[in-house]
Amino acid sequence: MQFFGGSEISPSPPPPTASGNNAHMLYVFNRNGVCLLYREWNRPLKTLNAQQDHKLMFGLLFSLKSLTAKMDPTSIEKGNLGVPQLPGQGCSFHSFRTNTYKLSFMESPSGIKIILVTHPRTGDLRDSLKYIYNLYVEYVVKNPLYSPGTPIKSELFNSTLDQYVRGLG
Amino acid sequence: MAPVAPRSGDAIFANVERVNAELFTLTYGAIVRQLLTDLEEVDEVNKQLDQMGYNIGVRLIDEFLAKSNVSRCVDFKETAEVIAKVGFKMFLGVTATVSNWDADGTTCSLILEDNPLVDFVELPDTCQGLYYCNILSGVVRGALEMVSMKTEVTWIRDMLRGDDVFELQLKLLKQVPEEYPYKDDE
Repeated sequence: MQFFGGSEISPSPPPPTASGNNAHMLYVFNRNGVCLLYREWNRPLKTLNAQQDHKLMFGLLFSLKSLTAKMDPTSIEKGNLGVPQLPGQGCSFHSFRTNTYKLSFMESPSGIKIILVTHPRTGDLRDSLKYIYNLYVEYVVKNPLYSPGTPIKSELFNSTLDQYVRGLG
Repeated sequence: MAPVAPRSGDAIFANVERVNAELFTLTYGAIVRQLLTDLEEVDEVNKQLDQMGYNIGVRLIDEFLAKSNVSRCVDFKETAEVIAKVGFKMFLGVTATVSNWDADGTTCSLILEDNPLVDFVELPDTCQGLYYCNILSGVVRGALEMVSMKTEVTWIRDMLRGDDVFELQLKLLKQVPEEYPYKDDE
């Protein structure tokens, strides 16, 4: 009998939908609100310091999740606004778009949140976020030198991520 | 885009690259052997194995979620089924059955008829208190904690101790919702 996973990343990345550098920045948070990773590719304007920026972003996700669950017209079970939910409970949002950017969001049941900010005309990035989650598993979680819950300092992960994100539409 | 259905344990098992089970079994045996030498007390070994399992589970959950497309773990009953049918299959190549639910739906048993960890193992008289597979209970506890479920995992039956199957009891202590981690005045 044979078992045990290998290290190949499956499924393979979704094909790029366009060429060019459309990604602005990426955040990864864990379930305790720790910003595990912040990558920036194209952000001309910064108004806050990094720590405030991360806090604001996490707060936005937290409120939006609770808002989307509360507004959901199809489900009976609704918590009160602002009441903490279990990851995966209620309905979650996938993205929102403004005049100047699009923010895509994914949360795993273990509470890992991946946020990617891109050009407003980018298409559906759910598969891409999922792929980034796979990258995180392969290059971060499986690295014995990484202790869970601390910021990610893996060059290999960063360069693989950069390379992948550069090809995103 | 329709939500992707969770993949079955067999499908994932068929897709991942595998290694020979004997290599894994013997490596695990060497770990237990070394712990017995180092710690001398069987209880300490049980504790250490559980702790090692916990550390594995905390990491393993993300790999599991990434590969299985499981998108929510709120219902404990569903979660137990997923562990038994998908989790065990994916990582150990065996499936467990879930039974012995109590009335509140907070306690159940995972029954393993086949356990690859104990191939080639016989428990000597000096190690009667040892839960040889205690690492598994640690893994399950650690993984569940990462999906907001505080559990207590104990061995009820153990084939190495003469029982007919392996029985792992899962008891849900509480579900911890995600907290807003920052204070208002910060």
